Amino acid sequence: MNWLDICALEEINVLGSRIVDGPKGDIAIFRTSNDEVFALDDRCPHKGGPLSQGLIYGKRVACPLHNWQIDLESGEALAPDVGCSHKYPVKVEGGRVLLALKTLSDCA
Amino acid sequence: MKKLKLVMVGNGMAGVRTLEELLKLAPDLYDITVFGAEPHPNYNRILLSPVLAGEQTFEEIVLNDLAWYQDNGIDLRLGRKVVDVDRRKRVVIADDGSSAEYDRLLIATGSNPFILPVPGNKLDGVIGYRDIADTEMMMATAKTHSHAVVIGGGLLGLEAANGLKMRGMDVTVVHLADWLLERQLDKTAGKLLQSALEARGIKFRLNTVTDELMDNGEGRVCAVQFKDGDVIPADLVVMAAGIRPNTELAEKAGIPCNRGILVNDTMQTYDPRVYSIGECANHRGIAYGLVAPLFEQAKVCANHLAQLGFARYQGSVTSTKLKVTGIDLFSAGDFMGSEGTETITLSDPIGGVYKKLVIKNDILVGGCLYGDTADGGWYFRQIKENANISEIRDHLMFGESALGDVGHQGQSSAANMPDSMEVCGCNGVCKGTIVKAIQENGLFSVDDVKKHTKAASSCGSCAGLVEQILISTVGGAADVKPKSEKAVCGCTELNHGQVRKLIREKHLTSLKQTMGELGWTSPDGCATCRPALNYYLISTWPGEAKDDPQSRLINERAHANIQKDGTYSVVPRMWGGVTNPSELRRIADVADKYNVPMVKVTGGQRIDLLGIKKEDLPGVWKDLDMASGHAYGKSIRTVKTCVGSEFCRFGTQNSTQLGIDLEHDLFNMWSPHKVKLAVSGCPRNCAEAGIKDVGIIGVDSGFEMYIGGNGGIKTEVAEFFVKVKTAEEVREYNAAFLQLYREEAFYLERTVHYMQRVGMDHIKKAVLEDEANRKALAARLQYALSFEQDPWKERIETPVLKKEFDRIPVVAVEEAAV
Repeated sequence: MNWLDICALEEINVLGSRIVDGPKGDIAIFRTSNDEVFALDDRCPHKGGPLSQGLIYGKRVACPLHNWQIDLESGEALAPDVGCSHKYPVKVEGGRVLLALKTLSDCA
Repeated sequence: MKKLKLVMVGNGMAGVRTLEELLKLAPDLYDITVFGAEPHPNYNRILLSPVLAGEQTFEEIVLNDLAWYQDNGIDLRLGRKVVDVDRRKRVVIADDGSSAEYDRLLIATGSNPFILPVPGNKLDGVIGYRDIADTEMMMATAKTHSHAVVIGGGLLGLEAANGLKMRGMDVTVVHLADWLLERQLDKTAGKLLQSALEARGIKFRLNTVTDELMDNGEGRVCAVQFKDGDVIPADLVVMAAGIRPNTELAEKAGIPCNRGILVNDTMQTYDPRVYSIGECANHRGIAYGLVAPLFEQAKVCANHLAQLGFARYQGSVTSTKLKVTGIDLFSAGDFMGSEGTETITLSDPIGGVYKKLVIKNDILVGGCLYGDTADGGWYFRQIKENANISEIRDHLMFGESALGDVGHQGQSSAANMPDSMEVCGCNGVCKGTIVKAIQENGLFSVDDVKKHTKAASSCGSCAGLVEQILISTVGGAADVKPKSEKAVCGCTELNHGQVRKLIREKHLTSLKQTMGELGWTSPDGCATCRPALNYYLISTWPGEAKDDPQSRLINERAHANIQKDGTYSVVPRMWGGVTNPSELRRIADVADKYNVPMVKVTGGQRIDLLGIKKEDLPGVWKDLDMASGHAYGKSIRTVKTCVGSEFCRFGTQNSTQLGIDLEHDLFNMWSPHKVKLAVSGCPRNCAEAGIKDVGIIGVDSGFEMYIGGNGGIKTEVAEFFVKVKTAEEVREYNAAFLQLYREEAFYLERTVHYMQRVGMDHIKKAVLEDEANRKALAARLQYALSFEQDPWKERIETPVLKKEFDRIPVVAVEEAAV
């Protein structure tokens, strides 16, 4: 896997996010309250709202446009909504946030 | 830690609801064992009638399937009746000899049908109407026999009669009283109901006492004989003459009972280890037989079992609805009227409509509707909220839609809407979808409906309509509460008022501390409670509590309004709606420089730049060099003004200057909801002060102040507050009122709704009558605002805050990868 160094962990607010200029569109990087990091396409499966701008709680983000709840781990919308945002492998090593973009081509 | 043992006797709706609530609050506190006498998991007993009528199946009315018990680690023992409780050893014993120890015992044994003490009441074919077995028996009998007699013309009896009729039996209802449903309807409505049911072929014998049930010689009932000597054939006799709390077990265990197991406000019996809820419990002299109060009891009981102990049950106002398709009736509260009450009646016997409202001391205390029950939910809300109706009395009878609101809060007739009609305009949800979700998933509250269908989950303007649909679908079981009594969200049991109070009393100054101290069930809260808590903290403890940007929704975090495509709109402040050539030039330059796709004049007398990318926001603000307009916040928005005495030939006061001053007074003020002001310079009121949170109208002798207006979802006209002489007084009164609102209102409660909740008298007392308090309030607002600064300026100047707006460019990413 081709890990890319994105930024330092502390450059993302706790319960906050940053946007990475991905090759196929924006990627949202989220940081939870216990410093876990997740990466999803910055598009809500509902109407394309920028998930990076949503409110984060637990391992979920609430879309800023219509309050769909998206699971950060899977990218899936919570019932009753149905839909999925593509997820990217991401990890924290030595205080740096690493993102794998290679798999983008594997997903549809 | 070793888990406590909770044993529940009875596996019905009230008991299982308690477990559901308990599992939400304290999932790991107890090992739970449930004894159920019936061989079924928990099902929706109030839907037995639609099953009998062939409108639903048993499978459809199951609320918790066996997997639910398993998933929650509940030891479910079906088909076993508990026959004894040894309270000394703390163990229950079932009829098969098995037993279970308890630390806490919950008795939810429900009720038994009252079986008339007449000869023959033990014959085959004589049953009560209570559970699945009874219903199955009735359905089987309808296939093989033809004559049914239902004893009792109450809700259950009529539903049974209707169901049996639908299944092809010849049905006679025998009733003691003068009219049907005498506990839910007055005589007029009862008679209307009777004609409607007679038209369906059901026969009635009122004022009739049953004397004997006759044996066909083989131990089965064949006829019913009455006191007056008449005899009618009967192959099936359904006893629906009331229920009796099932206190057999409790009495045997020596727990005090008196027409129900006696419980206190935390649903505990005289033995504090033993709780009781549901139809078997007697709370303050009442054993409730309807679902809604039982669910309220369940919440309280769960709260106490979870060792939280702040909830109390204080009795319920109930409403009822007959579940006979095609017949609409609704009653609530004291519908008969008693001493000191007045009644308003509308009667149209030909059209089949009858409405009666009972009023006491200008408060609606009860009502009874037949034929047109569309406003039932609204009346029920008025009753529960003890709303003063003196001002709307003239129109009360014609429902909420007659009150002249142009808005769209769902006062149309939910019951008469076709299934295909759209209810929620934001999410495109039709009535049929909502009704289906309610029936299939066993929903009882608007929140449940929101979760399952998305209806009313965006702007919320259709919540009233959804509530009506809920009431018309499940009747009295609907869990409808005013916002002031509802929990803030799923993360807590506390309502907004309790949270505000506790934050003050316990001196809570951070989100983490608040969620910990108040027992939040989720670690970070959710998108509903975090913004509310954040507001409560900073408004209660200015200077002490730190604003948490991550607990604000995006508009207040980005200090701009997010648009559908993820871009933002920027509205710079124009104090009092006044601008100048230099500001206009800068706005034009910004629009050019950042390729702003649309420049628009807003309704609040300023200019909106739409379609700006988030990363451009700090640059736009810097180039504009104007203050934030807060067009994005639950905050002070604008002060709209007319030209006033400086230029206008009619103007009596300098409204623009006062508007500018007021806007400076309130600059950077966060509030429970948005706050808009207007100042007009003369009674022509060109600034439309009548629909603002605070509206000021200049007159020759001073200023009239109006509060609580709103031009949004539902137009509300502001109410006259006070008349003062000078502009300085206006500023002081305004600051005091808004500070009171900031301190007391619930998050997302506009001034009008706050006013409706606390009453104008309360506000007048705090602001008008008590000068010292008024000055103190105004001073507290000033103090709170002294900690705020222009958020745009803050973000241009502070690099840490600016970071949120920067993207991580792909170039940088690739470089890092090499």
